Amino acid sequence: MSKRKFGLVLSMILAAGTLLGACGTDKAKEKEGSTSTPKEDTFSIAMVTDTGGVDDKSFNTSAWKGIQDYGKENNLEKGDGGFDYLQSKEDAEYMPNLNKLVQRDFDLIYGIGYLLKESIEEVATQRPDNKFALVDEVSDLPNIASLMFKEQEGSFLAGVAAAHMTKSGKIGFVGGMEIPVIERFEAGFLAGVAAVKPELKVDVQYTGDFAKAELGKALANRMYSTGVDIIFHAAGGSGTGVFAEAKERKKADPNAYVWVIGVDSDQYEDGQIGDDNITLTSMLKRVDIAVKNTAELAAKGEFPGGEVTTFGLADEGIALADSRGAIPQDVLDEVAKYTKQIADGEIEVPEFKAKK
Amino acid sequence: MEYVIEMLNIRKEFGNFVANDDITLQLKKGEIHALLGENGAGKSTLMNVLFGLYQPEGGEIKVRGKATAITDPNVANGLGIGMVHQHFMLVENLTVTENIILGNEPKKMGMINVKDAAKKVAEISKLYGLDVDPYAKIEDISVGMQQRVEILKTLYRGAEILIFDEPTASLTPQEINELISIMKKLIEEGKSIIIITHKLQEIMDVSDRVTIIRKGKGIGTVITSESNPVELATLMVGRQVTFKTEKGPSYPAEEVLRIENLVVEDYRGIQKVKGLNLSVRKGEIVGIAGIDGNGQSELIEAVAGLRKVKSGKVFIDSKDVTGKKPREITESGLGHIPQDRHKHGLVLDFSVGYNVALQTYYKEPLSKKGIMNYKLVSKKAKEIIEMFDVRTQGEHELARSLSGGNQQKLIIGREVDRNPELLIAALPTRGLDVGAIEFIHKRLIEQRDNGKAVLLISFELDEVMNVSDRIAVIYDGIIVDTVIPTETTEQQLGLLMAGQSRDKAAVTLTEGDDNHVE
Amino acid sequence: MSNRFINLLVPIISIILGLLVGAAVMWFSGYDPVAGYIALWNGIFGDMYSIGETIRQISPYILAGLAVAFAFRSGLFNIGVEGQLIVGWFAAAYVGMAFELPKFIHLPLALIAAALAGALWGLIPGILKATLHVHEVIVTIMMNYIALHTVNALIKAVSEGGYKTEKIHQTASLRSEFLSNLTDFSTLHYGIFVALAMVAVMWFILEKTKTGFELKSVGFNDHASQYAGMNVKKNIILSMVVSGAFAGLGGAMEALGTFGNMVTRGGFTGIGFDGIAVALLGANTPLGVIFGASLFGSLKYGAGNMPNEAGVPIEIVSIVIALIIFFVASGYIIRVLLSKMKKKKEAK
Repeated sequence: MSKRKFGLVLSMILAAGTLLGACGTDKAKEKEGSTSTPKEDTFSIAMVTDTGGVDDKSFNTSAWKGIQDYGKENNLEKGDGGFDYLQSKEDAEYMPNLNKLVQRDFDLIYGIGYLLKESIEEVATQRPDNKFALVDEVSDLPNIASLMFKEQEGSFLAGVAAAHMTKSGKIGFVGGMEIPVIERFEAGFLAGVAAVKPELKVDVQYTGDFAKAELGKALANRMYSTGVDIIFHAAGGSGTGVFAEAKERKKADPNAYVWVIGVDSDQYEDGQIGDDNITLTSMLKRVDIAVKNTAELAAKGEFPGGEVTTFGLADEGIALADSRGAIPQDVLDEVAKYTKQIADGEIEVPEFKAKK
Repeated sequence: MEYVIEMLNIRKEFGNFVANDDITLQLKKGEIHALLGENGAGKSTLMNVLFGLYQPEGGEIKVRGKATAITDPNVANGLGIGMVHQHFMLVENLTVTENIILGNEPKKMGMINVKDAAKKVAEISKLYGLDVDPYAKIEDISVGMQQRVEILKTLYRGAEILIFDEPTASLTPQEINELISIMKKLIEEGKSIIIITHKLQEIMDVSDRVTIIRKGKGIGTVITSESNPVELATLMVGRQVTFKTEKGPSYPAEEVLRIENLVVEDYRGIQKVKGLNLSVRKGEIVGIAGIDGNGQSELIEAVAGLRKVKSGKVFIDSKDVTGKKPREITESGLGHIPQDRHKHGLVLDFSVGYNVALQTYYKEPLSKKGIMNYKLVSKKAKEIIEMFDVRTQGEHELARSLSGGNQQKLIIGREVDRNPELLIAALPTRGLDVGAIEFIHKRLIEQRDNGKAVLLISFELDEVMNVSDRIAVIYDGIIVDTVIPTETTEQQLGLLMAGQSRDKAAVTLTEGDDNHVE
Repeated sequence: MSNRFINLLVPIISIILGLLVGAAVMWFSGYDPVAGYIALWNGIFGDMYSIGETIRQISPYILAGLAVAFAFRSGLFNIGVEGQLIVGWFAAAYVGMAFELPKFIHLPLALIAAALAGALWGLIPGILKATLHVHEVIVTIMMNYIALHTVNALIKAVSEGGYKTEKIHQTASLRSEFLSNLTDFSTLHYGIFVALAMVAVMWFILEKTKTGFELKSVGFNDHASQYAGMNVKKNIILSMVVSGAFAGLGGAMEALGTFGNMVTRGGFTGIGFDGIAVALLGANTPLGVIFGASLFGSLKYGAGNMPNEAGVPIEIVSIVIALIIFFVASGYIIRVLLSKMKKKKEAK
């Protein structure tokens, strides 16, 4: 009896919602015509994160920084008509989040991460007059600008630095999931190590997840225990486990020779332990620069829709972070030499890992 | 005479239902006072009022002459009233002492002081002859011992008045005797006892006076020594009860059940039925007498197809049903009243109607091509409720909320209604009051008179003696002897059940007679 | 107070309580609770788009809830709905992309594939439980991990090293232009009708069929069922298979409706686990599951609008939503307690 009641109440609520909903749409349409555009001249931007969230200390954080930088330079405020972000907790939220931003009339909407490709393409098809940008994946749609990075170039430099800095001769790589983006990291890193010391072995492992710090920590523990002294991680949130393991070892024995090479943004702060720091350097993927550049181009009316813009060493979309003294000058000189060769196109860094 | 407890004109209602209507019970100091009534008569409610679990709507309670409001069990404890529950409230993996002090642990510098408590427990135990090891774990001791722990618990908390709720329900005869002597010891030490029960013999054995209630109403109080079981039963049920089951002679015809050299193992792989032979014919009731654990359960389960037959054969109506599936065997004409009605006989969370359908739901007319006809189920249920006098609010009531007797009537109704050639009734009257027992015995005899075969398994000697036409005595997995009830005595039967051969039993009895002057 | 009145009052009070406590949390964290709740309301019912997305979100919850509830009615705790859903998702996505068939064959085929995959994933713990008495909770939890990683490997295999399957063909899609246009380009698809049809199926099996009678009987008391001649093993296996099939269809909602493909997953979808709460909120009855799924689905989806419209951070929103569900669940507890108390009174 009571169950039936529930159903009844529920359907009534749903029905009421439909009616109210209908009113709502009408009002929204009215708004479009009259009040919604107070500042006609500004160019507003917003982004949708992937499930990593805006605080992933990785490319979502970096993208949000780019959006904020753009906002500051153009005197925009957070919110409608300025800049904003929405976080996605589940894959199913990408589409609704993108749509929400469309409804809030942002001029350019970013989808951060390869996971948003399907969703952003679908929304972009439904809304051909809106502008979108997609990070880390390529789309052919005329109203989507694809922003790609040559992660392999920066990873190559990280490999060069690691090959020079290792004392044990053992180097580790911890990846998130075996997807094309991360495989570019791996391929570049292996090539960089091989360029300096072809005989060195790199222990390559994947956590299978970008958000499981405990898996990263377990892998790092195993690697350090077998003599690895430098680990390069490209595992997003799982990478924080690598840092945690290295810091534990440094804390237990301040003389321990353990290093982590960070990824995406400068992870120097993540490596701080007392007066020591175990971050050797970080491979910067300047999503912020890519995001900001694209916004500026679009504001000028030069939106690179349907095009793939690739950021690499040459345009500083990829770089190594300041090592703050951890890497001696002679190694830095060596790194600088390779940087120039890559930027000039003398060295072509492989994008895919060699098939085993 | 001084009364320690007086419950005067107590009335307790639950909504529209009056559970206790004008009941008076006066407990003298130093007496054992029985509270007698059928299942559901309101005995437990009355005691829960005394123990502070319920507040009465009318009447008053005087403790040692002073009107008192017992608002919760703590108040009752403070007044020296202790309750020994039917279902023990003990923590299995704690020791006796730990269980006793649970809830008001004596502390020494913030630590629980088990040692002193154990000493005190041992002292009390000795004083009343309880013989309980304070350090034994509950899971390791017998049910009878666990009950003593419950008694100790009340004594430890300073109880002067002890309420026993159906204390013998789960005890062996030996344990019952011990309990009776413990009760007498308690009285000697100045305690007063109320015992709730519906077993007449116990009342005759231990109590000084009896208060009888029927359907929530106080019937009166009698002095035990001035009464007799027949009077008490009549007062309790409200009509004449016959103890000697009325039945005519039996006219056995052809064989329905035939068991040949049956061997069955229990779940541990130990042989429990060891080459048993048995035959039951149409128109007779064969009783299986024996002490619990001599292979009765395994025998029934093997016959019903619920347990693997190791070797031997079972025939029903000359059809070999050995190792067949339970349903095939029921289809061959077996009706089964299982010994554990809650576990095996009923789905307690199903309605009465669904339980009626439990054995016939799968075939027409109750279901057709996989679709149930619940209208018909209800109709069928109503018929059985009517025919077998199942007291229920209706076919939609859950089986769980029926009283034990009505649950059993429901099962019997369901099985008998299928008109099976062979009806196996395992402990069909366990835990039931006289009224229900009488009803069930009548139904079994009725089956017999209709030309069906009935196999009755019981641990109660008088039940086997009264109802059966033939008694097969089971001991250690075989039928050691078959006797005719009218030609044998309970003593003889008892000795056979203990494993003595008939000749030897006869000898022992003669010797016994020599030594005892009755 | 009449029975009906209580039945109606308890959930209302518990929702109000949940909203109040949630409001307090927002207020203490420095956000406007009124704006927050208006955003929540708008997120669920604000416009046709939101309504469409809300219903879309409810569909897999209904199926996951049915899966848990169905097993529960036969006395089994299927924690493996998550894994069954994942294999169903993959099966539907694969059939959707690998074959080219007319719609009236392709779509049913993809749905059946999903149901079969889920059923297979339920069959294994069912058999283990029935024959070897291995507890289904342990097996199903492990089967979840096996599902997750096997499916990841399969995605890689069918996409030749990629991380996602190709999009399904239109002929296998549950999407509809009609529903999409009706709801302002939302991802609403015909899955909700599949889900509601399954509600009817579960109700029919349990309340009308002989099999349902047996399943319920085994669920309440397997001993008595055995004594009554039922094949307990068969019923346990059947229950897990049907439960798995419901879960697999839940996966098909995602494959054929919401996403149109499957992407390598780092972790679980969570839908299967939420299904447990949905089933319990719905007292394991088919109609109750609709209620539970609607509550879960709308709150989950609507919550996304709170950061969007009211600026309440997602973490606070998660707490508020959890509180509301918590109170509704407690309301259910209150109701059970009330009815138990009533029963006790009647029994005495």
